[in-house]
This record gives sequence, structure tokens and C-alpha cells, in this order.
Amino acid sequence: MKDKSVIPGFGPTLGFTIFYLSILVVLPLSMLILKTTSLTWPAFWEAVASPRVLAAYRLSFGASLAAASINLVFGLLVAWVLVRYPFPGKGFIDMLIDLPFALPTAVAGIALTTAFSSGPIGRTLESMGINVAFTPLGIIVALTFIGLPFVVRTVQPVLKDLDRDVEEAAICLGANRWQTFINVILPVLLPAAFSGFAMAFARALGEYGSVVFIAGNLPMKTEITPLLIITKLEQYDYAGATAIATVMLFSSFAVLFLINRLSWWAHTQRSSKEAL
Amino acid sequence: MTESTWMRRVLIGIALAFLGLVLIVPLGTVFGGALEKGFANAFHEVQDPITGAAILLTLKMAAVVVPLNLIFGISAAWSIAKFDFFGKKILMTLIDLPFTVSPVVSGLIFVLLFGAQGLLGPWLAAHDIQVIFAIPGIIIATLFVTFPYVARELIPIMQAQGNDQEEAAVTMGANGWQTFYHVTLPNIRWGLIYGVILLNARAMGEFGAVSVVSGHVRGLTNTIPLHVEILYNEYNLVGAFCVASILAFLAIGTLIAKVLVKKQGEL
Repeated sequence: MKDKSVIPGFGPTLGFTIFYLSILVVLPLSMLILKTTSLTWPAFWEAVASPRVLAAYRLSFGASLAAASINLVFGLLVAWVLVRYPFPGKGFIDMLIDLPFALPTAVAGIALTTAFSSGPIGRTLESMGINVAFTPLGIIVALTFIGLPFVVRTVQPVLKDLDRDVEEAAICLGANRWQTFINVILPVLLPAAFSGFAMAFARALGEYGSVVFIAGNLPMKTEITPLLIITKLEQYDYAGATAIATVMLFSSFAVLFLINRLSWWAHTQRSSKEAL
Repeated sequence: MTESTWMRRVLIGIALAFLGLVLIVPLGTVFGGALEKGFANAFHEVQDPITGAAILLTLKMAAVVVPLNLIFGISAAWSIAKFDFFGKKILMTLIDLPFTVSPVVSGLIFVLLFGAQGLLGPWLAAHDIQVIFAIPGIIIATLFVTFPYVARELIPIMQAQGNDQEEAAVTMGANGWQTFYHVTLPNIRWGLIYGVILLNARAMGEFGAVSVVSGHVRGLTNTIPLHVEILYNEYNLVGAFCVASILAFLAIGTLIAKVLVKKQGEL
């Protein structure tokens, strides 16, 4: 691109963009920092590290990790099946993958809760002694729903672009199908799969709507971090809510940073493959 | 060369069983729950005046949010894709930010800004303007949650398109609007529609952020998702699923529109 473009509109569009972002994003988010800094250190520590809050972090982190891991494994499988095998109804299934992005979280929440408590699946599991609704397991189910599209949608295009010649070469060199998958295909898919995993994890950490209905919301047991913020707000403990929100914000920044590194890794790996 | 038929069937079977459990079961539960007392009852539930008020509020809110974020999206994409400038990466990170912030935190920041104890609270109270626990708060929180959608779709498309056509148009004497309308817009139109579909679906369905800033006043500050929550918490399961069906239809419509637009634009 040239230093001075002939295309008009740089000033007004950039100006408007920055103005809009400042009012809608920078100013409100800086309120979070402002309110947090009004707390003294001991008060901040009390707000973000009390036993009840620590239990909520543990639950949010653990359930998000579990759900993202389930989605990593099944996401790879679903992407593989959708790209490689023909079967009836494939177009419909492919379309349905995005349902968790399109279905409002509250709807997903009440539907999953009903399905896994009074629905046939819930009753069957209960007769086997497995309670899903109102337990941490229910939270994992909701977070699995919410994060399902990420791994599938990051892996699918990579798998589509994958050069079949490499697979054929591996077979010609005497590798069996499983060896080919583990040593040739999987390494190419992993960067994309892990960035999908990280996105699903980040989304799960902050998720609220689909979880509150199925979680049961018992302090120390099934209370997720976003719910704790709402509880503090309802008690007019604005400072406490803000302190926890700040911790959440910085953890999502950390995950975002990780995602960027992963997509950079995926990109360099793909371009180095192309260079060969 | 490839897996045996048997192996394929097993893999397809596992994948479909997983998707069935995680996707089809909840969707089926919504419609099954709505029709538990029959079609006539479901129609009756949806025609409830309070449900009507929630639908109307949701439509009004989307009618404000979608155009505003559409203009922002085009403007941001134009400046980012067509020009080079210092701080572009930071700007793009800022645009992506709402996707990484928890919906609850997205609501909270506006309570801190506009709420009674917030920065602008006293000024707003003195001028008798209510933002939080009222419709303006719902609109602002939804604006925040949904503003990346259009920009995110347009930036890669506009970057891939390059500047040659626009430069040619300008050299031949077209002004900025003419260039955008006649040269850029035809190239980005499907991406634009795609972005608007996603933006609209999220705007109408947002729960967490709106839940924090809405006063939960029946018939006044409840959008459709908030109304679903109220009905559910009142143990009116059939009613909750009937109203939820409206949102489920919206979701299915969104998915179909996505596929159609993707085919048209070969995105």
C-alpha cells in the first residue's frame, strides 16, 4: 500500500470508529479499573480471594476446561466425519453445528435443564445413579453445548485444504492408516484444534445464560464466577462485583493472548508447509 | 487408502450420537415442551399481551442496534482494510474485545457508568434520565455485545479484495460515496448481509448483559429471553418453552439464512 492513498474517507471513517469505540468500549471498560482501584488492597483481596469466590473460580475453570476438552476430542471427530465421509443429511448436520451460536443462551439453558432433569435422558441417567441437572456435571453439559462449534469450525477448513498427496506418500512408505493419522494428519490439525479449544474455553469461562438454569447455583458447590458477580450486584456490593469482574477480564485477556499465539503458530506452520 | 466401510460407519455413528445428545435433544426439548398441551394452547401462550410487549421491545431494540452497528462495522472495515496506519492492531483488538468479555461483565460496566452509584449516575438523576433498569440501558448493553459482528465479516473480505477497483474509480472522478456505493458495496454485499444476520440474532437473543442492566419489569423492560426466564422461574414450563420457541425459530431461520448467503457469496 502506498503512503498516501487516493481513496477518500480515511479521516471520517477512522474518526467515527475511534469515537464509537471510545464511548462504547474504552470508557465503560475503564470504569472497571477505576472502580477497582478505589478499593484498598486488603478489601480487593477480600473480594477476589474469599473461600466462596475461590470455589467459584475453581468450578468455572475446571468445568470450562472439561467442556473444552470434550469439544476438542469430539470436535476433531465431527470435523473429520463432515469433511471426509459422505452420508445422508450431511448438509443439515453441517448447518446445525452453528446452533449454539444462534440459539439464545437462556433458551439453551432451560432446554438442557429440562432434558437432563425431567426429560427421558435425565430420567434414564438418574436410574443409573447419574445426576446431571443441578450438579457440576450439568455445568459441563451446558458449556459443552456452548463451545461445540469452535473446534469443528477451526479444524474443518484446515482438513479441507489438507494435501492428500502427503497421506498417499505415508501409505506408500508403509504406514498404516492409524500411523498416517497420528503422524501425518494430526500434527497439521493440532494448531487449529487448539485455537478452537482455547476459544471454547474462553467462551465457557464467561458463559452465564445457559449455565444458571442447570447449575443449581449453590454457593461453594455449583456457583460459577459470572453468577457470583450478579449475586454481588443484587446485594449492592458494586465494589466486590467489580473486583471479581476485573479478575475475569484479565483472565480472558490471558486466554485471548494465548489464542493469538496459537493462530500465529497455526499460520506459520501452514505457510512453512506451503514453502516446502 | 481410506478407512473401511465398517470404520466409517462407527465414526459417523459416534459423531452423530454426540451431536444428537448435545444439539438435537435441547432443540427437541424446546418444541416438545411448547407443544405439551397442544398447538392451540401454544398459540394462546404466544398471544399473551406481556409476551407481545417483550416481542415488541426486542424488535424495537434490534431496530436501533442493528443499523448503528452496521454503520460502525462498515466505517471500521473501510478505515482498517483500505488504509495503513499506526495502531491498527490495537484497534482490531479493541473491536474483538466484546467477544472475550463475559456477558455479565458487559452489563456490569454500564451499571458502573450509568447506575445510581456510577460515574454519570448523579448527573443523569439530576436531569431525570434513567438509563440503567430501563430501555436505554438494554440498548447500550446490546450495542456493546454485538458491535464486532459486521466489522469482523467485512475486514477480511475487503482486505482480500484489495484497493485497485476503488483507486480506479477515484482516478476516473468518482467521489467517496459513489466509489463505496458502486464499487465496494457490490463486492462486499454478501459478507455484509452475513454479518447483519449474525448481529441481529445475537442482539435479539442476548441474555447475560441485558439481564444485568434490565430492571426485569414485566411488560416494560423485558426482552424475549428475559421473559422466558421469568416464565421458567414461575414454573410455567409450557409458557416458557412456547416463548422460547419464537427464539428457536429465529435461530433456525438464522442458520438457514447463513447457509443461503454463504452459497450466494461463496464466502
